[in-house]
Amino acid sequence: MTAALAAPSPVGGAKTRINDFSIQVATVNGSGSQTANTVLLRAIFQMGVFVSGKNLFPSNIAGLPTWFTIRASAKGYVARKASNEMLILMNPETAKEDIAKADPGALVIYDEPLQLDKLRSDLAYTPVPFQKLVTASCPEPKLHKLVKNMIYVGVAARLLGIDMEEVKKAIAKQLKGKAKAIELNQTACVAGYDWAMENLEDQDHIKVVRDNKTQGLIIIDGNEACALGALFAGVTVVGWYPITPASSLVETFIEYAEEYRKDPKTGKSTVAIVQMEDELASAGVVLSAGWAGARSMTSTAGPGVSLMSEFIGLGYYVEAPGVFFNVARTGPSTGLPTRTQQSDVELCAKCSHGDTLHVNLYPGNMEECFQFAYDAFDLAERFQTPIFVVTDLDLGMQNWSSKPFAYPSKPYDRGKVLNQQQLAEVKDWGRYKDVDGDGIPYRTLPGTPGGKGAYLTRGSGHNAYAQYSEKPEDYLEVMDRLKRKYETAKSHVPGPVFRNQGSDKGVLAFGSSDPAVIEAQDILAEGGLKTDYLRLRALPFTAEVDAFVKEKKVVYVVEQNRDGQMANLFRETYPEHATKFKSVLHYDGHAIDAKSVVDQITAFEQK
Amino acid sequence: MTTTTSATPAPSAPTNKLGFTKQDYVGSKSTLCAGCGHDSITAQIINAAFESSLEGYRVTKYSGIGCSSKTPAYFINQGWGFNSVHGRMPSIATGASLANRTLINIGVSGDGDSMSIGMGQFVHAVRRNIPMIYIIEDNGVYGLTKGQFSATADKGSHLKSGAVNDFPSIDPCTLAIELGCGFVARSFSGNPKQLNAILKAAFAYQGTVVLDVISPCVTFNNHDASTRSYKHVKDHDFPLHDLGFIQYSEVEEVDIPAGETEIVTFPDGSKVSIKAIHEGYEPTDRFGAMKAIHESMAKGEFLTGLLYINPTQPPLPEVLNLVDEPLATLGEDLLKPSPAELDKIMQALM
Repeated sequence: MTAALAAPSPVGGAKTRINDFSIQVATVNGSGSQTANTVLLRAIFQMGVFVSGKNLFPSNIAGLPTWFTIRASAKGYVARKASNEMLILMNPETAKEDIAKADPGALVIYDEPLQLDKLRSDLAYTPVPFQKLVTASCPEPKLHKLVKNMIYVGVAARLLGIDMEEVKKAIAKQLKGKAKAIELNQTACVAGYDWAMENLEDQDHIKVVRDNKTQGLIIIDGNEACALGALFAGVTVVGWYPITPASSLVETFIEYAEEYRKDPKTGKSTVAIVQMEDELASAGVVLSAGWAGARSMTSTAGPGVSLMSEFIGLGYYVEAPGVFFNVARTGPSTGLPTRTQQSDVELCAKCSHGDTLHVNLYPGNMEECFQFAYDAFDLAERFQTPIFVVTDLDLGMQNWSSKPFAYPSKPYDRGKVLNQQQLAEVKDWGRYKDVDGDGIPYRTLPGTPGGKGAYLTRGSGHNAYAQYSEKPEDYLEVMDRLKRKYETAKSHVPGPVFRNQGSDKGVLAFGSSDPAVIEAQDILAEGGLKTDYLRLRALPFTAEVDAFVKEKKVVYVVEQNRDGQMANLFRETYPEHATKFKSVLHYDGHAIDAKSVVDQITAFEQK
Repeated sequence: MTTTTSATPAPSAPTNKLGFTKQDYVGSKSTLCAGCGHDSITAQIINAAFESSLEGYRVTKYSGIGCSSKTPAYFINQGWGFNSVHGRMPSIATGASLANRTLINIGVSGDGDSMSIGMGQFVHAVRRNIPMIYIIEDNGVYGLTKGQFSATADKGSHLKSGAVNDFPSIDPCTLAIELGCGFVARSFSGNPKQLNAILKAAFAYQGTVVLDVISPCVTFNNHDASTRSYKHVKDHDFPLHDLGFIQYSEVEEVDIPAGETEIVTFPDGSKVSIKAIHEGYEPTDRFGAMKAIHESMAKGEFLTGLLYINPTQPPLPEVLNLVDEPLATLGEDLLKPSPAELDKIMQALM
């Protein structure tokens, strides 16, 4: 055993960072490291410390490099932090590069045979004989590869001061009821911990100290939160097609539906879920099910939305409801399918050919993923149109801590649907007549008895009575009413959230950029630059957004794409304020971090 | 089911079991070319729906894009229709049939809409056995864009302009049999009697019916060098059998004449009687049917009639074990889990 090199004190004698650090773990995908990393994250969470995790994984099943970053933050900052105080290097392929990129002073735990300690002198090295430890603690050779990662969890727990009981609890939680696996992993983890106790000096570089910040919180990812929102919203037809990073939304829904969507009397299913042959067919199922009165949804990512766009234009024009989750990833084309981006903003805002405008919801945290998924079904039926819920890989697939979700007690809004009795009373029903002046017509559902209300839905030109028409005045009547309907949506979509410091300088962001912007806003304020932050939560822009744009001298639009797509929408909507919008961009596939925001805004301010 | 519509028959017009006249099953006026085969098919849909006493409000009509796809406007105005996008009619029928399993679904497509742009959706709808009659109005040509070849055009056949088709044709019927379809039929728009019998049987069938109807395009594909002209099809049409359809009735027990007539019984008790004309053709023999169709096609003949029948396969709503009532109208009480259930879910995530 060559554990002679103990973990030294922080290089340069810096102060101990308590509950305020990042750990990056470099492994090979398919090696079970996801379980180990989630256990480490959960153990810190159970110590009462705010924690967030970012899994940077390849588009591959096994054998390629993967990195997992865990950030603990006493202040509750949960954005990705670009610098790391601890590295755990398990992958020979990337170890040298990881060392080269390491921040000075970082604590490096690595697999002993990699012999990394000569590469740089400004890092604190802790070599660990993983193979020896795994051989000693795990009797089954074929499981060595999977269990090996648990050893670094034990070593890290010791060095960070995490209570081993919390680690064991986290393992049991993660491996839900699989007794043999729990025991195997706990044993390996303890072996790492004991070895570190025996062979390493303690360090005071970074530490976890028990706190009470996470009491009563849950850990969840956005796809599961959206799936739960859809479950409570009573979705009844799901047509979908697998695509990263959106698949787990429907897959999680399927698991919940097994338990919560069976008729208690008959055991039969109250939801139809069909994996379709492609995204085109998924969109067809969603819109026609909505047309026939079901609450319907699909979950997809950018390439899927592109394929669905013909149908989405149909849905807009014939006014068929449906909920479309877009868990965005890095485009264009296949792009970086396992990396995050907010680059479908314009696609979803105006999806399809011709003049189309869609209601979009941008949840920015887990509670909103749940709530907006729930609300999307009401909006779809109220406005009889496709609704996009736009998240991204960062929200959708990463672990987030959250308050438990509040019960959505608001009853379903099934919109303007005329039943047999109502139809009987209506004298002159027209499918596309604007009776109430809000642009929303009354619809009927196929299968309604009584001999009234049947019509033929068509993607070709139609008049207020759903009859085929090529007359200019009929075309204009429908198109202008659709615009009015979109205007009406302004008073129904969620308004923005403000975080104001009393400034005439505005920062505007949406979705997963929120944590980085909050942190950046604090850093900027510490440096003397106060800002007012508006977090946009929906399209169309509401009156509060109008007011914000009008009153600010400058609006920094923070978004995770190259072309400043949201800023473009703002310039188009508010041409008289077009010069106010400055783009703060982050689009390399990693989740946005506070430093990027601070640096870019600072650079603008210094101009 | 009951209907709440009181039919208002003309004084002498015959009525069906529900008291409706044939007029109650018509649609808007056709805007297709005079003499179009599609209009003959529309007429038989109306006749068969009337004779089968369908409840019009339960009928839904789906289509994609093309001449054929205009026709849902021309029949059963009491039912709802959805004229969607090119080649995507099957997914529209899939979603609506899941949303409301009590609907009677008729999809009308063409050879272009189904065998080219819509091939993927055709294949998968058939595979899933969605409850619908899938009619392909097959003229071997794109009519609405003025006469290009479709994928069902025979190799070597000529366009009006003289252009020759260099590629082999796709046959929707053998393809459907291959895909496991339990009701595959071919007919000819010029044979109303046969088409009527097939449609009535199709209305009683629970899963996907694939019905390829050769329907000559009088404007673009009715010339002498065409293999889809009226004259050519009439000369090469080989009806397999005389078909009869006996709708299930709780009150009347119908005697089927003994002899050479084969009887296929549907799960609802309806019966199809098949009296062979073409010797040795057995419509319940999947592989035999495939062989016979291929042999006849090689000779340039159209075998028409019920090509293959197997009424035992469960349709999609059954496969998915859906509740009996329409999903579309389930109440919030049945759909929304309780606060205690949300609490349980949240506890598991802590």
